[in-house]
Amino acid sequence: MKLTGAQALIKSLEMQGVDVMFGLPGGAILPVYDPIIDSPIRHVLVRHEQGAGHMAEGYAHATGRPGVAMVTSGPAATNIVTPLADAYMDSVPIVVITGQVATGSIGTDAFQEADITGITMSVTKHNWLITDANDIPDVVAEAFYVATTGRPGPVLIDFPKDVANAQMDWYWPSSVDLPGYKPNPRGHSKMIAAAVKMIFEASRPVFYVGGGVLNARASDVLAELVELTGIPVVTTLMARGAFPDDHPLCLGMPGMHGNYTAVTALQQSDLLIALGSRFDDRVTGKLDGFAPHAKVVHVDIDPAELGKLRRPDVPIVGDCRSVIEDIVRAIKADPDAYQHRADITDWVATLKSWQEKYPLKYEQPSLSGVLKPQYVIEKLRDAAPSDTIVVSGVGQHQMWASQYWKFNYPYTWINSGGLGTMGFAIPAAIGAKVGKPDRTVWAIDGDGCFQMTAQELVTASIEQIPIKVALLNNSYLGMVRQWQEMFYGERYSEVYLSPDLPDYVKWSEAMGCASFRVENAEEVGPAIEKANEINDRPVVIEFRTDSSEKVFPMVPAGVSNDNIILGPEGLM
Amino acid sequence: MSISYIPGNGSSSDPSASLGVMHHHVLSVLVENRAGVLARIAQLFSRRGYNIFSLAVAPTDDSRFSRITIVVDVDSAPLEQITKQLHKLINVIKISELDPAESVECELLVATVNADISARGHVMELVALFDGKIIDVGIDKLTVLATGEPNKIDDFSELLSSFGIVELQRTGRVALAKLERQSNKLKNTTGRAG
Ligand SMILES: Cc1ncc(C[n+]2csc(CCOP(=O)(O)OP(=O)(O)O)c2C)c(N)n1
Ligand SMILES: [Mg+2]
Repeated sequence: MKLTGAQALIKSLEMQGVDVMFGLPGGAILPVYDPIIDSPIRHVLVRHEQGAGHMAEGYAHATGRPGVAMVTSGPAATNIVTPLADAYMDSVPIVVITGQVATGSIGTDAFQEADITGITMSVTKHNWLITDANDIPDVVAEAFYVATTGRPGPVLIDFPKDVANAQMDWYWPSSVDLPGYKPNPRGHSKMIAAAVKMIFEASRPVFYVGGGVLNARASDVLAELVELTGIPVVTTLMARGAFPDDHPLCLGMPGMHGNYTAVTALQQSDLLIALGSRFDDRVTGKLDGFAPHAKVVHVDIDPAELGKLRRPDVPIVGDCRSVIEDIVRAIKADPDAYQHRADITDWVATLKSWQEKYPLKYEQPSLSGVLKPQYVIEKLRDAAPSDTIVVSGVGQHQMWASQYWKFNYPYTWINSGGLGTMGFAIPAAIGAKVGKPDRTVWAIDGDGCFQMTAQELVTASIEQIPIKVALLNNSYLGMVRQWQEMFYGERYSEVYLSPDLPDYVKWSEAMGCASFRVENAEEVGPAIEKANEINDRPVVIEFRTDSSEKVFPMVPAGVSNDNIILGPEGLM
Repeated sequence: MSISYIPGNGSSSDPSASLGVMHHHVLSVLVENRAGVLARIAQLFSRRGYNIFSLAVAPTDDSRFSRITIVVDVDSAPLEQITKQLHKLINVIKISELDPAESVECELLVATVNADISARGHVMELVALFDGKIIDVGIDKLTVLATGEPNKIDDFSELLSSFGIVELQRTGRVALAKLERQSNKLKNTTGRAG
């Protein structure tokens, strides 16, 4: 069967089981937009290419399947660099297809030419420039394989216009041939045994759980391991929901804005069992002051993470699911050692006492007084179905959402962790809702973030993707304001946004959303109720919140986690 | 009969002497012979903040693959990170770290030196002593070539400089592990990227 390159590309995507793609056409990608008309693949037309990339990420986070975005060459391709970098940092499998000028024009500074494979080399797991239409099925199969296996990540296929117009003989490869890429999911049995021995010997162990557990779809086996060992768990910003917050052994989030118990449990532990986590500086604080007495078992599918920042005593290269299963099996195989394992009841009791003594706290003064953002999040949470997907932007609102929501299911928390991309929430929420149309999706966004990608609400309205947005309008680039208040002597520089400009309600209505404004605590409950009843359109609630509220606890950057500041009273 | 120069002072087992740096490591990297592979490798080094001391690339006997010999000067901990990051590149097939004491290394030098009538004989003697060749002759200059282990090339280049070097070019080293006489000759990094 003869196909054009464009037809072969779309057919290859169909062969991969792609059901939706996010994109926006233009000159170089024009030939590929023609066969889309006849394809069962749904195409969601975005209003900015950055939106397409974040939608693909949101879709991938929510479903576990790779997200696909397609854009044209030049400025469109550069517009999608930020989502690629975001997906690279957070190990999100997305496949981005960019149009390119015809092969004969490459290198001549042709109209809308950008060297996108060169530009994205350091923010993709791999990228391809297709120069022969006969390579299309092979490259597409390779791209999906690379994006979704091993440590997942973004890939990019650059697709010149003449390749799209060329003829090729259709085939579909039965396997991919990548001699330099052989991810190894199985942990080494000697290392597994060494890890089990350490787990049995430790008297202050903690599971330090990262996003790799979610990528490995290992929440259920993690729960089994926790039940078996009774060892407490912290879930990093990327792993919220990987272990249920309601479980008595869940300590919640560690790190710069983690709660006292989670932060201090890591600090004082004698064994960190790091599962798919990467010792990020936002978790460790000053690295050489981090968990100074702890031995480390480090499990990661990416060998380069082992020893990159902290040298593990037991390094295990492997997929978290496979390794956790092996650890569980090894523990069960040795009932005698299990019987005689170190007693950790004192440790667990100590942690319990810290949780009681140092809970997260804020004060909502009175129902008519100034509105606290944490109060809004608690109210949203209490009125939402338990499997609601929460998507956030980047800033104070993100930290409050992570702290105050209760995540009891995996894949219910989606945010930009590693890159910290403002504007992530709305497009990622749209992608999540497209992937999980039956679930409630709340985007918790800041006023600064909202202004970066709000135009995608037009996409949501027209495509009938009814997400809900809780806009925490504190009139500031709040997180930056907090640093200026705390570390720059309250000298506020370029952080004030205005509460009224833009008029968020009018703007949202203009974009086809239902929208209302909430100015005090009294109105919060009814507004949320109203929003929860609207399911035929996107909804935006603008909450006017206290500008001066800060995120606590906080470990200032570059400082040891021992110096955690619990609240404003700690700022002396 | 030929009398040729062999680098002395046991310096051949002390590669750092020839580089004048504390640590150097030779990575022999087998890669797929595809467009852009060198760019990926060079970009990875700069992005992770590592210095390439020298680099040589050529196809192998199997045209699907090329071998890149990279000399890096780093401590061993970053070296482990470099090899692991290199492994993550999809086009990288295999990385061997060659211990300088357990490998044969070779480099090529070409240089144009001042060699008027009075100096010409001395230059030719030096070239002969180093098993070199004269590959171009001008009125008052010679272009010479020598190959061999890097220490020898260092010495040759230093001695040439007394005549006045007009231009000099070195290839950077290529290396292979020594053959089976010794055990433990080749340290293979087999970790696979995920
Ligand atoms: C694209 C981008 N630009 C700048 C920053 C730096 N930054 C981090 S948080 C923040 C403020 C976010 O403001 P807003 O969305 O209103 O959230 P708030 O902190 O007020 O809750 C800024 C500017 C960033 N993370 N991303
Ligand atoms: Mg704000």
